[in-house]
Amino acid sequence: MKIRQISVFLENQPGRLAALCRTLADAGVNLSTLMLSETGEFGLLRIITPDADKARAVVEKAGYAVTASEVLAIQVPDKPGGLAAVLTALDPHQISVEYMYAFACRTGRAIMIIRFNDLDRAADILQKAGLKVINTANLFGP
Amino acid sequence: MIPHLWNDLEGTFFPESALDYMPESRLREVQLQRLKAVTALTYEKVKLFRERMDAKGLKPADVTTLADVSKLPFMVKTDLRDTYPYGLFAVPMSDVVRLHASSGTTGKPIVVGYTAQDMEVWKQVIMRTLYAAGYSRGDIVQNMYGYGLFTGGLGLHGGLEGIGATVIPISGGNSERQIMVMKDFGVTAICGTPSYFIHLIETAQKMGIDFRRDLKVKRGVFGAEPWTDEMRKYIESASGVKAFDIYGLSEIIGPGVGAECECQDGLHIFEDHFLAEIVDTKTLEPVPDGTEGELVITTLSKQAMPVIRYRTRDITAFETSRCGCGRTCRRIRRISRRSDDMFIIRGVNVFPSQIETALLKTESSLPHYLIVLTRKGGLDQMEVRVEITGEMLTDNVGAMEQLQKRFGKSIEQITGLHAAITLAQPGTIPRSEGKAKRLLDQRNLTN
Ligand SMILES: [Zn+2]
Repeated sequence: MKIRQISVFLENQPGRLAALCRTLADAGVNLSTLMLSETGEFGLLRIITPDADKARAVVEKAGYAVTASEVLAIQVPDKPGGLAAVLTALDPHQISVEYMYAFACRTGRAIMIIRFNDLDRAADILQKAGLKVINTANLFGP
Repeated sequence: MIPHLWNDLEGTFFPESALDYMPESRLREVQLQRLKAVTALTYEKVKLFRERMDAKGLKPADVTTLADVSKLPFMVKTDLRDTYPYGLFAVPMSDVVRLHASSGTTGKPIVVGYTAQDMEVWKQVIMRTLYAAGYSRGDIVQNMYGYGLFTGGLGLHGGLEGIGATVIPISGGNSERQIMVMKDFGVTAICGTPSYFIHLIETAQKMGIDFRRDLKVKRGVFGAEPWTDEMRKYIESASGVKAFDIYGLSEIIGPGVGAECECQDGLHIFEDHFLAEIVDTKTLEPVPDGTEGELVITTLSKQAMPVIRYRTRDITAFETSRCGCGRTCRRIRRISRRSDDMFIIRGVNVFPSQIETALLKTESSLPHYLIVLTRKGGLDQMEVRVEITGEMLTDNVGAMEQLQKRFGKSIEQITGLHAAITLAQPGTIPRSEGKAKRLLDQRNLTN
């Protein structure tokens, strides 16, 4: 159920993000979604890609500090209040969202990438509530 | 010559080390005899020294006791630069068999020379260094000091061959290959800078190699930069490699001026070749034993480039107790700072080693760092740039901000000063060859 994500440390200085993207592009890594979370001085660039292992190796070799983590990809119902339904389902269970961002999807599905403090329980609860938790194959599939 | 020692040291006695155990009265006699000779030689052959002696109205014959050394003029690093390249040589170039040079941070490097006898002395003091750290024939030694103009690589190399060890002259760099060689060649001992070895410990971890389980490295001699007890603790606990401090500087001979023994409690100076004094950094007068000051060294047997009362800029003190190992040559405390590395900010003296200690209190391994001093609106600012490694990184911006705060707090606890902490991308702080650059002073003092 869980999706691998890699996070790269970047200093908030001109050209740093562009340099990283170029490194990945030169290595032929296909980026599905990027999300930069920053403090003003530095940031973490979170990357979702079908080639997570390759992306990590490429970035590490280029000298960046990298860490891998796991997130959930959730298909949000395509109607008003769709995201609210996801969060409401978790409300009574004391599961919190650390961060979330939208997954760029070719098929037009509305998919959110969410990092919960307890991924396994969150996945379980959401599925029981009838929400779609998408696995890696499905996420990058046709 | 000193028969009573042979029984105590049965099985581990090496003839070269006998001089480490010379009766003290005899050692002082040897020193005085050599001091007189080197003063006379330098006076005769080296113009700079002769002029300074004459200016003080001194003649070599005025040296009649060891204490008289304190009458002689000092030499400093700029003397070597001002007389570049051969101005301090006391023998014709045809007698010089080796040249080394230091990488000067600004302008011209400094050049040092060796006669064939100097090379033999150098080999012997390195052999004594290695024996003191427990190296012997049968060891397979990976020498990670840089080979070339730097005295570290070739200096250690000569002594390693002298004791009959198997030397791997790998030099620095290419961390993964270093670990591969350590494993595949069955390396039992190493030489290098402590900061580079700490980096290698981390490289091995990344490669899934455990020092204790997968490697045979048991001991290492480390030098060429000041390091701390925290770094030793880290090296020994993270890798199981027993870490010995060695001391030397190119201006004197290179590595081989002093070394730790198995007691790891201060560095024995090879006093039959080097006369050590410790002087007050301001008055330049000798301080009592046990008191900190600047280490000043006179070479007692060097021929090609004898150096009288060289101010090392290294801050240390003589140990006052006898060493448990039985060596009679005196010990200095490990050097963790240099007087010229010290900086003053808002009236407070700060040493880079204090920043190092603070960073090591927060992270178990020493990150690469740089202290940057600036002046804004007449007020000095200290920034410490700390490179983030993959191990320090978490996928949580808040946690990274906490780390940043912990670094700042730790520095404040140790120095009493506020430091702005910048978390930097790996590889963005410039490395200089061999030694890490720790301080960038950008204060424009005319403002
Ligand atoms: Zn000792």
